[in-house]
Amino acid sequence: MAEGTEEKQMEAQGTPKIRSWLKSGLQSILPQIIAVFLAFLVGAAVLLATGHSPVDAYSAMLSGAFGDIFGIGQTFTQATPIIFTALAFSFASKCGLFNIGAEGQLIVGAFGAALVGISFSGLPAFVHIPMALLAGALAGGLWGFIPAILKTKLGAHEVITTMMLSYVATYLTSYMVNYPFKAPGWVAQTVPIAMSAQLPRILEPTQVSASIFFAVALAGLTHYTLQRTTFGYEVRATGLNLTAAENGGINVKREMILALVISGAIAGLGGAGEVLGVHRRFIDGFSPGYGWDGLAVALVGALHPVGVLLAAVLFGALRSGGMTMTRVTGVPLDIVVILQALVVLFVTAPMLIRYILRRGGHKG
Amino acid sequence: MSPAIQMKSITKTFPGVLANDKIDFIVEKGEIHGLLGENGAGKTVLMSILYGLFQPDEGQIYVNEKQVTMDSPATAIGLGIGMVHQHFMLVPSLTVAENVILGREPTKDKVLLDMDKTLKDVKASCERYNLEVDLKAPIYTLPVGVQQRVEILKALYRGADILILDEPTSVLTPQEAAELFRAARALKDQGKTVVFISHKLREVLWICDRITVLKRGKVVGTVRVEDTDLGELAKMMVGREVIYRFEKKPINGREVVLKVASLKALDDRGLPALKGIDLEVYASEILGVAGVEGNGQSELVETLTGLRKSTEGRILLNNTEITAASPEERIRLGISHVPEDRHKRGLIPDFSVMENLILGSHNRPPFARQGVILDYKETSSYARKLIDDFSIRTQSEETSVRHLSGGTQQRVVLARELSREPKLIIASQPTRGLDVGATEFVRNKIVEMRDHGCAVLLISADLDEIWALSDRIAVMYEGKVVAVRNPQETNEEEIGLLMAGGKSG
Amino acid sequence: MINVGLFAAAVRMATPIVFASLGGIFSERVGIINVGLEGMMLTSAFSGVAITFFTGNPWLGVLAAILAGGLLGLLHALLTVKFIGNQIVSGTGINIFALGFTAYMSQVLWGSRGASETVQGLNVVAVPLLQDIPIIGEIIGTHTPLVYLMLIITVLCYIVLFRTPLGLRIRAVGENPAASDTAGIDVFRIKYECVMISGMLAGLGGAFLSLGHLNLFAWGMTGGRGFIALAAMIFGKWMPFGAFGASLLFGFADALQMRLQALGLLPPQIILTIPYVVTIAVLAGVVGRAAPPSDYKPYSKE
Repeated sequence: MAEGTEEKQMEAQGTPKIRSWLKSGLQSILPQIIAVFLAFLVGAAVLLATGHSPVDAYSAMLSGAFGDIFGIGQTFTQATPIIFTALAFSFASKCGLFNIGAEGQLIVGAFGAALVGISFSGLPAFVHIPMALLAGALAGGLWGFIPAILKTKLGAHEVITTMMLSYVATYLTSYMVNYPFKAPGWVAQTVPIAMSAQLPRILEPTQVSASIFFAVALAGLTHYTLQRTTFGYEVRATGLNLTAAENGGINVKREMILALVISGAIAGLGGAGEVLGVHRRFIDGFSPGYGWDGLAVALVGALHPVGVLLAAVLFGALRSGGMTMTRVTGVPLDIVVILQALVVLFVTAPMLIRYILRRGGHKG
Repeated sequence: MSPAIQMKSITKTFPGVLANDKIDFIVEKGEIHGLLGENGAGKTVLMSILYGLFQPDEGQIYVNEKQVTMDSPATAIGLGIGMVHQHFMLVPSLTVAENVILGREPTKDKVLLDMDKTLKDVKASCERYNLEVDLKAPIYTLPVGVQQRVEILKALYRGADILILDEPTSVLTPQEAAELFRAARALKDQGKTVVFISHKLREVLWICDRITVLKRGKVVGTVRVEDTDLGELAKMMVGREVIYRFEKKPINGREVVLKVASLKALDDRGLPALKGIDLEVYASEILGVAGVEGNGQSELVETLTGLRKSTEGRILLNNTEITAASPEERIRLGISHVPEDRHKRGLIPDFSVMENLILGSHNRPPFARQGVILDYKETSSYARKLIDDFSIRTQSEETSVRHLSGGTQQRVVLARELSREPKLIIASQPTRGLDVGATEFVRNKIVEMRDHGCAVLLISADLDEIWALSDRIAVMYEGKVVAVRNPQETNEEEIGLLMAGGKSG
Repeated sequence: MINVGLFAAAVRMATPIVFASLGGIFSERVGIINVGLEGMMLTSAFSGVAITFFTGNPWLGVLAAILAGGLLGLLHALLTVKFIGNQIVSGTGINIFALGFTAYMSQVLWGSRGASETVQGLNVVAVPLLQDIPIIGEIIGTHTPLVYLMLIITVLCYIVLFRTPLGLRIRAVGENPAASDTAGIDVFRIKYECVMISGMLAGLGGAFLSLGHLNLFAWGMTGGRGFIALAAMIFGKWMPFGAFGASLLFGFADALQMRLQALGLLPPQIILTIPYVVTIAVLAGVVGRAAPPSDYKPYSKE
């Protein structure tokens, strides 16, 4: 039977749009998949060169990440904030902006949520939790607003300003939690948040919290917004061709400000989720670099919600598996960061992957 | 006669396009040879191959009867070939002298730049070829005609015996073009060979000794200028009679649609670009704005569309003040804009055809329910209708605009802008870079809109276009409208004079 | 609190920023944004300490630092020029790589993630005549050799960019690569060379941080200086002397921050934010009026 008629038959049955959508989706993320594979290859080389066995290391990672309920729990716990920061980077990206300060926005969002969490008591949970989340979003949004204004009014490049603000966020919250809001004891942290502000754990006995639901919902929401609303249309137009968007009557400055604010707010929500769901207080240095993970995940996920979710699980697995790997094999945890960096580098240039494939094809 | 250049069987393909198809091209020493063809015929590609910018897929090149491999512009320059490109290859912030010596800089002690020697050498070249330029001026401060002179100087300084001029008059006033022709003849007298690339029939007939016509990548023929005429060349170039005059309905009623009063504005560098524009466009008329590029036309368009703030003056649309209105408001009030650079300003390359077609109306019903959610069904059907009406050659409305040809892309822009039923259309260089078929289509559509009552402000550096379409002609010079004429009451000479800042008699 | 020593410290702390911003200038003037300066500095700082650790010779360490920077510069050039990758993503990848790689290797070599062992650093040099000038002599008379190298290289950068054919070509390539190509210049080679130079200069900056200042490597010791250097470059309008001046300003903020911490007037975390806030303020006050030397679009012949 000719392919055309087969397709028409399937169409009549209503299945195939999804099939072809999946197929084209898979084709378009092939470079990303190859990039991940190559990253692990080069990572293996690094391990070998420093006297470690890649097989041992990677298998320890795998079993650590998915081997038991604790491992799986860790994987998803680590993946959750990464989803937020990845979405933050993606959203700004769609508007042509490079928000590399998601780490700082996450941290201030966490602190904002913690503040609301510890400042009120006696509130019902369905009031307290949204308040705390809102505080997190607002704080993150503010951290996105500052570079946004600096860029649109003064032309300051957001790469530098978001990076600088990240440092400021780290030090400012560190100050907060070492002085005014310090809980008694050695550790630089706040007192625990009220019970009413806690996000429930959904996978006992692990730390996976309801925050992950928000993350997944947000992935869908941002995608819908970008693809199906006029606001999303304007954001994408601005990101793809600013001049043409202007000619089409779009207020590009407004779009850029909104994009960065939303981007920051998303990251802030991620931080809030960490505080309300996992740690239940603000701890100095609680983020092992979720901002950078998010960036890598956004790139690997090709800025698409499904890709981002999958890649976030991958990176969450890297982190949680990494902890097991370090414990079992003694390989320093930072190999995980190296792997992330390699993924980013390989994903930088689609032409690079094509070049490698061609070379590999000729030799093979 | 010995051939200076011989190109045999040159073939070059780009993705999806056979730009040069087994082209044989011979240029005799000491002649001015015209390379004629419409946009997209392959003239620039052929000469770029000669200049070493591209490698041909097949074919050989002979310079002074010796076969060469032209692997880079450096090789071409070494063989005495110089090229003056359509889009100047000059570095704006560097001076004239620095631009001329770029690539073969004289040095002191082998390390430092020797600027004294540079100035001396370049000045000598200037005197030898009778080209007057201020050597210490940065390029961006110079008018376009002078910049072209720098380009020619650059080629001659490097010892070019064979000079390729690519569409050199596209940025010149008629008077400056005449000067260029004088310079070309002077070069010929000095024994240089000139290849003159153009799509303008009359110029080529005027200046060249022989003409080779290209059509869709193939050589149609080579003729001596004495043996041919305008009509025959046009037929060779296009294959049919080309219409240059349009039948237009006479104008009834005189309501002013656009009124501009004493409009002033600054350019990107903060210098005055518009110095007090006064202008009126009536319904059912095409007001053509003639003028050399760089006299404020871009800034005028930007101020009218709302992309640039004016500093003084007023703009009124159908008696409504829109001086401070946002671009979005102006679109709603009925201003449509066909921008001069469709890639940069007109289209979003990675958006689909249908997404591009609703740009500007994307946040209004019927494309957006409640102005928030996009209605893809409505958008699709609207797109399909426009694709039909405007014969947009695309696989589907969901194809990315990036994959369409230049002419098709311009149809998308036109479809979008004209289907909004605007009151005023601002068309800026609407047929630039389009082949004859697409050009005719665009011009026909513009006339159609005019006949239906629309006011059209046509800004074009192509005088032929202005003559063919305008009901009235306005001339812009140095940020002001210096004259408005009825086409019947003036001629090309007067317009050319006004474009260059002269006063009419 | 404000005394001559503070200014001497300002010159010292400015040194890595000057190097990195000069590196930034070379890269951007040829049309490639280099946000990877931070990562190049960090990797170089580490490499310098590592080689010094094994050889006992800090100058070999400096050489290693330059080499490391140059290699990463080559990587950046490959990704952005040959493979037309996104310049900011490439730079960010290099930064992440540097963080992970240096921390990883720190543990491999010294078993510690935080800080390496101290190594033989560069000795402070007292320049005889310079030292005797009142006040100025105290500010710049006694420094490690890298500081003086920094001064020399700043002048050299100016000379190269504005007084040599290479510099003319660099400026032309960044501003109009097509024009440079048709003038017979090898655009791609110049881009490669300049980005590698930018890496090597960043490498010198990193060498100073580790070998010329603390005599060890500590995790993340560049502390954002690679980004501050970009701000200095913009503030200095992509001119060597301008970047030098701007870097002095930032160096001063850095020195001030350290002095304030020592005095304990304010909590250390607040003080630590000073350099970053100053950077943001500078960027806010200055950009918009400064036009970059290139449009950073990748150049392809067709």
